[in-house]
Amino acid sequence: MSFNLVEKLNFECETGNYHTFCPISCVAWLYQKIEDSFFLVIGTKTCGYFLQNALGVMIFAEPRYAMAELEEGDISAQLNDYKELKRLCLQIKKNRNPSVIIWIGTCTTEIIKMDLEGMAPKLENEIDVPIVVARANGLDYAFTQGEDTVLAALAQRCPGKPIISLSTVNDKEYSLNKSKIKRNLDHPPLVLFGSLPTTVTNQLTLELEKQGIIVSGWLPAQSYGELPFLSEEVYVCGVNPFLSRTATTLMRRRKCKLIGAPFPIGPDGTKAWIEKICRTFSKEPIGLEERESFIWEGLKDYLDLIKGKSVFFMGDNLLEISLARFLARCGMIIYEIGIPYMDKRFQAAELALLEKTCYEMNVPMPRIVEKPDNYNQVQRIREFQPDLAITGMAHANPLEARGINTKWSVEFTFAQIHGFTNARDILELVTRPLRRNQNLENLGWTKLIK
Amino acid sequence: MKLAYWMYAGPAHIGTLRVASSFKNVHAIMHAPLGDDYFNVMRSMLERERDFTPVTASIVDRHVLAKGSQEKVVQNIARKDKEESPDLIILTPTCTSSILQEDLQNFVHRASIESTSDVILADVNHYRVNELQAADRTLEQVVRFYIEKAKKNNILKTSKTEKPSANIIGIFTLGFHNQHDCRELKRLLNDLGIQVNEVIPEGGSVLNLKNLPKAWFNIVPYREVGLMTAKFLEKEFDMPYIDTIPMGIVDTGEFIKKIEKIITKKSNLSIKFDQYIDQQTRFFSQAAWFSRSIDCQNLTGKKAIVFGDCTHAASMTKILTREMGIRVSCAGTYCKHDADWFREQVQGFCDEVLITDDHTQVGDMIARLEPSAIFGTQMERHIGKRLDIPCGVISSPVHIQNFPLSYRPFLGYEGTNQIADLVYNSFTLGMEDHLLEIFGGHDTKEVFEKSLASNLEFEWSTESFNELNKIPGFVRGKVKRNTEKFAREKGITKITIDIMYAAKESLGA
Repeated sequence: MSFNLVEKLNFECETGNYHTFCPISCVAWLYQKIEDSFFLVIGTKTCGYFLQNALGVMIFAEPRYAMAELEEGDISAQLNDYKELKRLCLQIKKNRNPSVIIWIGTCTTEIIKMDLEGMAPKLENEIDVPIVVARANGLDYAFTQGEDTVLAALAQRCPGKPIISLSTVNDKEYSLNKSKIKRNLDHPPLVLFGSLPTTVTNQLTLELEKQGIIVSGWLPAQSYGELPFLSEEVYVCGVNPFLSRTATTLMRRRKCKLIGAPFPIGPDGTKAWIEKICRTFSKEPIGLEERESFIWEGLKDYLDLIKGKSVFFMGDNLLEISLARFLARCGMIIYEIGIPYMDKRFQAAELALLEKTCYEMNVPMPRIVEKPDNYNQVQRIREFQPDLAITGMAHANPLEARGINTKWSVEFTFAQIHGFTNARDILELVTRPLRRNQNLENLGWTKLIK
Repeated sequence: MKLAYWMYAGPAHIGTLRVASSFKNVHAIMHAPLGDDYFNVMRSMLERERDFTPVTASIVDRHVLAKGSQEKVVQNIARKDKEESPDLIILTPTCTSSILQEDLQNFVHRASIESTSDVILADVNHYRVNELQAADRTLEQVVRFYIEKAKKNNILKTSKTEKPSANIIGIFTLGFHNQHDCRELKRLLNDLGIQVNEVIPEGGSVLNLKNLPKAWFNIVPYREVGLMTAKFLEKEFDMPYIDTIPMGIVDTGEFIKKIEKIITKKSNLSIKFDQYIDQQTRFFSQAAWFSRSIDCQNLTGKKAIVFGDCTHAASMTKILTREMGIRVSCAGTYCKHDADWFREQVQGFCDEVLITDDHTQVGDMIARLEPSAIFGTQMERHIGKRLDIPCGVISSPVHIQNFPLSYRPFLGYEGTNQIADLVYNSFTLGMEDHLLEIFGGHDTKEVFEKSLASNLEFEWSTESFNELNKIPGFVRGKVKRNTEKFAREKGITKITIDIMYAAKESLGA
């Protein structure tokens, strides 16, 4: 096979016939993150069956999400949308009493043009529970972008200058946040956006505190009432590469200043992320170099395993660029980075770091394939025979049966992969198929198809 | 609009895809938005499929909304035709795409002119039928298409095979233990000297569908999928079919007797399978002996609840009552469309019948009846966990652990063995049961927070609480609820040991 030895990344776009999860899957992690929320997915049986199957056992734990399942009468407008939604939301209020109900619009609500944004404020007043609308549908978005749509909608509800009317709860939060901000006057307020497990947000917050930077708040917070204060003096920084709409909303609607940095995935990414924030606030990073090399030291056993090995990202969750950049730094050769959607502006710093990393590690620049075509990709995988394919579950078993090592990509969205502390977890995932197959290698059963 | 957390049967297109991907060399193209192809994940994960699932999506996105999807769909069909040259391409609408009301039939027509594969449009209404009904319909549609095509081309095989033979209709992908059942049925037919003509759709080729009429008769082992096809073949070729489900000793016997009748009638020979049935019942199957053994005595009169699809719930109900002497307090199914058949089947074999696809109703019913064991789907298993009631899984919807690698049929004589094991292991073992009662149990963890009923209104005294903890875990919840029920009736709020005993005496339990 031929390598592309030019020094620039090259971008391609294919047909978009690829497998990924529907963006409504974001309710799976967001309802757990925002503890007083209730997610109502307004869609059909198809959506419901997806959630039920993709999220497996979680459904049995009485989750705070449900389907508003559209029936024939809803589609043909024999039933009144507003009345129907009111009935369901009152039922939810009675049974669960959430602080916020988040409506997830789906493909069906798009096609029948159900005016969710129009109905929400009216119903909100009537039932006295905030209703946030996010259009996380498969017509426009892929998988993790669902979170992006929800956070973009929540960004509008954060307390701050009276762009929107403030509820009483938010007023209280406003003063609370304000007092927090007053504690650290030597830099402007910093709000981080992206949903991460609480342990990880704590880790990242502490990491910045070591640099004398206080995080004023997270979007989203643990509860709806704790949404951070936003205004034009607030700096914001993303922790995940799929949050471009949220970033845009924060900049345009809330006038915040965006810090464009690589994402804190892998020790290299985390260092670059912290450095960029420090630089923005004119602070000299303290002990970062040592911290990074200490982490790399701890990864040595895994690095030996993957150095020089090749990897192919089929692409389905938008974490691909950051992961590829980290794996390139680990010494892996990246054949292809498939990605559903590439926001070159939001990911600019990450792309620059990827380019720099490939250059420094003296490995070929990977091709970045936006809207990939899975059929073509499988042909390329056959040709390249990569040591590892990072792919969705639909292709994992068939590829394994053909002797290709695979890692299920969705695990990267559910595992803790951010910050210095969790770098090992990423490699734990990446090396798992290699370690497993080391044990099985000598049995001679790598190809298991006729 | 309906508030829904969970559903027993999936949307229609899943049924169509299950049938399509069960056939060899058939490709389904879904007309669907991004992310609707999770069927591939289900098949690849649950069935641990080694091959790529022959399902792709022709993606509906904003551009399609703006200018229609004709070009895209036709292109995608042509492309798949070239890439994989399947025998048949099935264009599958989804709930989303069916609202667009595009003339998909027209696209199919256009695409079929240029492609070497046959192309058809799955004809199912997404808002009126569920997964199982759609699967039944799609199978019939495919069979009808190829029978008619064969007729037109004069290649239809209508002469019967020399020896008695049968088609097995309705074995398909993601079906509950279908692969094992299929093997067991083949073994059974082989024992009876009957050839298997075709098995559809699993592993079948659409090009062989023209051979279907060669068989003497059809076997439809499951109620949910295959009946429409069998009825079509009966009407078209006067082929008899057997829809008795060969599950359990009695029904397997009856199933064989029906075969006997059909063969006798067709060949004018007098064939008797009685001896075979007798041998298998008494010696190959251990289930008849098991019901008679003293072990099974301990199960007499124990209460059980059955819930699942029509096939498995009806058969299990009959097996538990008729073959094991267990009392079925309630039998139910989520196949609302086939409720009449179900009621008729279980009539006389259970105390009450529940027809619902709402899992909360099932949960409430189980909490109310407090059975010793549940036989249901994965959902009932989870309800059972919360109520501390054991559950054996007997029907879809299921998890990956219900796609076992080892041989686990539910049908035929080996199936009776499997079912007997499942039932016996689900109830707490007899001796263990007694020992626990005598010695107060080894399980003293607190169970208060586990019960579904609220326990706020009662105050348990320390002694009564300790007493409660001495009761074996698996009946503790029940004793607690009975005591509280008794106290509520008497208007008592503080529960002492005396009250507990009084409650026990009043209930006689």
